[in-house]
Amino acid sequence: MITAHTLSKKYGEQTVLNIDHLEIPKGQSFGLVGNNGAGKTTLFSLLLDLIQPTSGHIINNGVQVDESEAWKPFTSAFIDESFLIGYLTPEEYFYFIGELRGRNKADVDALLEGYSDFFHGEILGQKKYLRDLSKGNQKKVGIVASFIGNPEVVILDEPFANLDPTTQIRLKGIIKDLAAKEDVTVLVSSHDLIHVTEVCERIVVLNKGEIVKDIHTSAETLKELEAFFAG
Amino acid sequence: MFKHFIGLQWKSFFRSASFKTEIWFKILMALGALYFTLIFLSMGVGAYYIIEKAGIGDPLRVVNRFMIYYLAFDLVFRYMLQKMPVTNIKPMLYLPIKKSQVVNFSLGKTVISFFNVAHAFFFIPFSVVLLIEGYPPIQVIGWHLGMMALFYCNNFINIMVNNKDWAFYVFAGLFILAGASQYYAWFDITLYTQPIFDYLYDMPWSAIVPWVLLVALYFSAFTYFKKHMFLDGGLAQKQTEARTENLDWLNRFGNLGTFLKNDIKLIKRNKRSRTAVIMGFFFIFYGLLFFTSAIEVYDNAYWKIFAGIFVTGGFLFSFGQYVPSWDSSYYPLMMSQNIKYRDYLTSKWYLVIIATIISTILASFYVYFGWEAYAAVLVGAIYNVGINSYLVLWGGAYVKTPIELTSNKKAFGDKQAFNAKTLLLTLPKILLPIVIYAIGQILIGPVAGYLFVAAFGLLGFVFKERVFKMIENIYKKEKYKTLLAYKQK
Repeated sequence: MITAHTLSKKYGEQTVLNIDHLEIPKGQSFGLVGNNGAGKTTLFSLLLDLIQPTSGHIINNGVQVDESEAWKPFTSAFIDESFLIGYLTPEEYFYFIGELRGRNKADVDALLEGYSDFFHGEILGQKKYLRDLSKGNQKKVGIVASFIGNPEVVILDEPFANLDPTTQIRLKGIIKDLAAKEDVTVLVSSHDLIHVTEVCERIVVLNKGEIVKDIHTSAETLKELEAFFAG
Repeated sequence: MFKHFIGLQWKSFFRSASFKTEIWFKILMALGALYFTLIFLSMGVGAYYIIEKAGIGDPLRVVNRFMIYYLAFDLVFRYMLQKMPVTNIKPMLYLPIKKSQVVNFSLGKTVISFFNVAHAFFFIPFSVVLLIEGYPPIQVIGWHLGMMALFYCNNFINIMVNNKDWAFYVFAGLFILAGASQYYAWFDITLYTQPIFDYLYDMPWSAIVPWVLLVALYFSAFTYFKKHMFLDGGLAQKQTEARTENLDWLNRFGNLGTFLKNDIKLIKRNKRSRTAVIMGFFFIFYGLLFFTSAIEVYDNAYWKIFAGIFVTGGFLFSFGQYVPSWDSSYYPLMMSQNIKYRDYLTSKWYLVIIATIISTILASFYVYFGWEAYAAVLVGAIYNVGINSYLVLWGGAYVKTPIELTSNKKAFGDKQAFNAKTLLLTLPKILLPIVIYAIGQILIGPVAGYLFVAAFGLLGFVFKERVFKMIENIYKKEKYKTLLAYKQK
């Protein structure tokens, strides 16, 4: 589904990402871990064509992302607050994304119905603009919005950060369900090793822009990761 | 303690992103500042002699007569632009600093703000001229000090009423009403206010009254702030109750409707964009300067074309030139969502066109000033729709200024918006139509001049597809730079 070829990103002399080859098959739930500055967000930004690679390219389902915009209809993401429109209410935001992805109000409402537990009554019908919601609630909106329109690739940067424990557990369930679907590729980055080993089939560790580990998740994975990060 | 505060202030000023511009720009800015200082100084010096020459009475009395408008305008201006001193207080709250010190510093900081100092450029030279012209020193000094206190009163009034929109609109309404009724000689407010200002001069000791008022205002501002210095009080972001709006009638425009709905909400719900629209609205009346023969030099056909462009293009200039910066806070979303550049640009284009048409309809009253005035407005509108609408979108690709929607900061232009490319693009926006008119007028006659401009505008429609293709490519080329620039607030 996603292939990176000799991908690198440099800022001046500093190399922030350098991946010779990375292949993520369709339907995989892919976890990305690494310390601050390891290049996780850089990789996701490259995937979304928000920054330009210094060398190499990424192919998403046959589309080279920095050449064509054809990857947009089947790819969705939530990276940070800059993916939210502050002056809209959550409902308006969901409908807006829905319209962009060819879903009418009824479709969106039906989808939101399924996340009422996750929202915990704090999102819909609150008479608040997104900019006035708390960080955690903003995150919930962004994450759910990225599920609208049956995307084939879902990219979530640090989805667990800022969420309360209950919501974290629910989010794990949601991502697992999503990953269980044959045709959905989920890419998640996280600082929380426990969460990421629980939801992802495969975990890649980035360190200073390089892939240092590529693990198929098993019972020992958590220990292995902890050993690595304990340094 | 104050040493720390001043150190922080110093750093926040010199380390701000906007300060780090190129050196030539700093020189240019310094020259600009010097220029304006000289203008103000010469106004301060010249005001006396101009009024004297005009023979409408004792210059000081004349200034006193209109002082109420000066003060009122100052207050309105401050309300719209002066930033509240609450920023950067939050990190201080939990540090071992007395609250009263923080408040004193924040209020004290406003004293040296541009909005107060600027007036000195008028008042000091004016007072000096008064002294040179032989006005009694004690009386002039009393008047001067009294005036100074009054402007500082404005400073603290503004701090207290800021964010109370109703107060602003009531006040601005009264101000406009007073001005209008004076113009039409219904009621002259200056008859009642002039004696107050005269009194400061006639009885110099009375200058103490505004100073007492100032001290009282300072203390009430102080207590007001101190009382509200909590995260859920005065420091909280003001939240308005949100209402979900459907605007379903826009659905018939398909994809465009989706964006138009968003843009309408953008304009309605954010202070900054509302200001842009209000400014655009006031441009409609800008033409009065040109068409009423109020100012002699403007009384020719070339200036009328100029006016026609501005009357109908207010929104185009105030809102349009900042596309795509309006979407700067969520530009990454727009760039990674299922959005085609073409749709995005087309929706902005339609918005500008619709606003131009509305402005043109509202500007119908120019018919009253004769067919030529109205013709200028109409061809101005056609040119705006046909040519300028593309040019603002094109220029927008180079304006990489992130816009903070919820504040009015930089609402009246920003130096980053002035780069060589955008400046070059203003030439065809304003000068070209005048040149086209001139060609038609000189070759054939005024009617031909108007027709030429209109024809040029219509020609723009024909090339819509090609122009859009070109603009789209420029936006694509600038995409990464724009994304990066929007990240640096």
